[in-house]
Amino acid sequence: MFENFPLWPARAATTAGNVDALFIFLVLLAGFMSLAIFTMIVIFAFQYRARRGHRAEQVEGSVPLEITWSAVPLAIFMVIFVWGAVIYFQERTPPRGADEVYVVAKQWMWKLEHEQGQREINELHVPVGRDVKLIMTSQDVIHSFYVPAFRIKQDVLPGRYTTAWFHATRPGVYHLFCAEYCGTSHSGMIGQVVVLEPAQYQAWLSGGATFGSLAANGESLFQQLGCPTCHRSDIQGRGPNLVGVFGKLVQLEDGRSVVADENYVRESILSPSAKVVSGFKPIMPTFQGLVSEEQLTALVAYVKSLSPPPSGAAAIPKLTPGTQPQEPKE
Amino acid sequence: MATAAITAEREHYLNTDYGIRSWLLTTDHKRIALLYLVLITLFFFVGGFFALLIRLELLTPAGDLVQADTYNKLFTMHGQVMVFFFLIPSIPAVLGNFLIPMMVGAKDLAFPRINLLSWYLLLIAGVLMLHCIVTGGADTGWTFYTPFSTSFSNTKVIEAGLAIFIAGFSSILTGLNFVVTIHRMRAPGLTWSRLPLFVWAHYATSIIQLLGTPVLAITLLLVVFERAFNLGIFDPTRGGDPLLFQHLFWFYSHPAVYIMILPSMGVVTEIIPCFSRKRIFGYHAVAMSSIAIAVFGFLVWAHHMFVAGISLYSAMIFSILSYLVAIPSAIKVFNWTATMYKGSIRFTTPMLYAMGFIGLFTMGGLTGLFLAALGIDVHVTDTYFVIAHFHYIMVGGAVMGYLGGLHYWWPKISGRLYPEWMGKFAALTVFLGFNLTFFPQFILGYLGMPRRYWQYPPEFQVLNVMSTAGSTILAVGYVLPMIYFLWSMRYGKIADANPWGAAGLEWKTSSPPPTSNFEETPEVTWEAYNYDEIPAPEEVPVG
Repeated sequence: MFENFPLWPARAATTAGNVDALFIFLVLLAGFMSLAIFTMIVIFAFQYRARRGHRAEQVEGSVPLEITWSAVPLAIFMVIFVWGAVIYFQERTPPRGADEVYVVAKQWMWKLEHEQGQREINELHVPVGRDVKLIMTSQDVIHSFYVPAFRIKQDVLPGRYTTAWFHATRPGVYHLFCAEYCGTSHSGMIGQVVVLEPAQYQAWLSGGATFGSLAANGESLFQQLGCPTCHRSDIQGRGPNLVGVFGKLVQLEDGRSVVADENYVRESILSPSAKVVSGFKPIMPTFQGLVSEEQLTALVAYVKSLSPPPSGAAAIPKLTPGTQPQEPKE
Repeated sequence: MATAAITAEREHYLNTDYGIRSWLLTTDHKRIALLYLVLITLFFFVGGFFALLIRLELLTPAGDLVQADTYNKLFTMHGQVMVFFFLIPSIPAVLGNFLIPMMVGAKDLAFPRINLLSWYLLLIAGVLMLHCIVTGGADTGWTFYTPFSTSFSNTKVIEAGLAIFIAGFSSILTGLNFVVTIHRMRAPGLTWSRLPLFVWAHYATSIIQLLGTPVLAITLLLVVFERAFNLGIFDPTRGGDPLLFQHLFWFYSHPAVYIMILPSMGVVTEIIPCFSRKRIFGYHAVAMSSIAIAVFGFLVWAHHMFVAGISLYSAMIFSILSYLVAIPSAIKVFNWTATMYKGSIRFTTPMLYAMGFIGLFTMGGLTGLFLAALGIDVHVTDTYFVIAHFHYIMVGGAVMGYLGGLHYWWPKISGRLYPEWMGKFAALTVFLGFNLTFFPQFILGYLGMPRRYWQYPPEFQVLNVMSTAGSTILAVGYVLPMIYFLWSMRYGKIADANPWGAAGLEWKTSSPPPTSNFEETPEVTWEAYNYDEIPAPEEVPVG
């Protein structure tokens, strides 16, 4: 509306409309409630103001009234709770097949890396109309990835991955803020999300230097670090065969089982003896301090690329089909 | 004036002894209350000064008044001073200390010397805090989030943490004293259901102080030890968990919000019946809602962590529990409003504060419903929406109640009346200044301006200018009462024992009360708020 005096934030992702709808409902409800209470107070204050010859009339409390004004708000609150929880559930559940972007936060910048290998700093280019999943970690303190135009925010923690996702609906340039206080230049840890039309996005992808796809970088790192001596891809070596493992339920030596997600792969590289796969010995050395956060994301992307999503026929793994484990094809 | 002669005749707690020793070694709860009043007023103006500097910095989008590091220290110390050295002690330690023994018909609190000890603990903590501030201060935010506070900040985190650690024991001891006093020292006939609701509110508050504050103490010690000895409890590179800190911190710090607001609710519950000449509507509902708030308040802490990386389902449980804790607050608001119905209402200064409290607390509470809604919280948490919300509760609510209470009981405390028109003018100034300061911040928050930003995009400037303008008006509203209260101590009109025609035992003794509070122990045969039996004064006295 006004260049320097906006009253409503831009709405540029599918979540934004849902959040705004509930927000408007709450504004109306809060407006109605406060208006009702203020009106009552003003009416009482004037109608029953102290006058000569006027005495207060004592009114005892009323149990039915107490029950009414507890139960009715409670019912309304439960509606708000469910509505808010549904939105949150959608926000926290990335759809399958989303494009993935790895985010590494540090004091005081955002480093972003696309699956295809494009790297960016404090700027994220994404296409309109695609699901984009962010897999984020921090190199130092807690940060928070916040794009007001998408109404999404997720803290970025050191030592683990957190995820967020969005589906941009309108091309444009939007603020990216760090929302969790992180030290001196917290307010300088800002950037922008550039939402492009698909054609422009393709042009952007093909322009500029790339460093090879994230998974390919991860594969060469995997070789360099000597991982294949134990994690063989043809047979079970001294370490588990990693083909087809990602996203599956893994039986552990101590009887528990975990889903092999990004955090599990990360943990297994940094603290290998924490959750040892059933049938193997805790002989793997830790890589804590030997690999950077960026190298970790590349390794995670590589392990992930060994287990393509069943429906994504386009994403053929870099291994020959003959070495595929006993995973049934659909 | 002849007034000086009259006061000299009767002995009361202010004129029994003179000299610095008679104050610093006193065990009289009324004198200790005044010691607290002096101490926390000092901290209020220190914290307020930081707030004004913050607002001045935010007048322009660029960071131009102070350095980024200085700004970070300003909001950190504003929060720490205001929360731990003003808001938490405010009503309990000043008004609660002064009034609870009188309201229950006792000569003093159960442990008068522990009461003095708790003041000294706050004094020691306060001196340490001021030393910390003067020699550099901390920059962690009042929330001390790890691993920033433990492994990255190179400011005086340990000193600030220890100061708050010590202040916590002051709070624990005050709570302990109140619980024992309320249980053991009530006058004959003063049953639980005849207690003033101010006492009920303080009982609920004391339980939170007793059960919650030790957790904060442990948490801060862990931060101090982690910084000093590299323990690794919160450090993920050594197997620690930074989220563990947030759970521990909010386990105390969410209930701490109720330490600040419950006593204020208690004050308002005394003022409204008095100036409506009415029994409180729904005595038991108001009393039980205080207890319910204290209990449910312990079960909602993780609603500060919806985007912090907790599981989807625990977030849902904490969201629904947060809605449950809103119900007892709503019950109170409805009962206060209903108390005015068919009353005979006088617009005195305390009543203006009480009505202002209802308005601002209602807005603070209703915006809490936004934040408890998971989908909305993701967008507005850590933005100015949260800042606005908790200032509506903690300043609009707690401070309005505190000021209302100070005005209401000032004749009892000082034996003097303040100039009524000045009181009304200041109350109005506070109300307007407050709204101008904090309402624009709701809009800023929904637009997406994050909190703790030293510089910000230019499109947020107009709303920030409004907020800064409001803060200067608010400052005037806060300085005025201090001036006319001091003035009234010497020049104010003499107040009689019960200038408002109020119910409650504290009004049955003289103003100011004698050291032992009552000439003889009262026996209570009436219900609380028996305004049908007390004649209203012809005119409200004007100082």
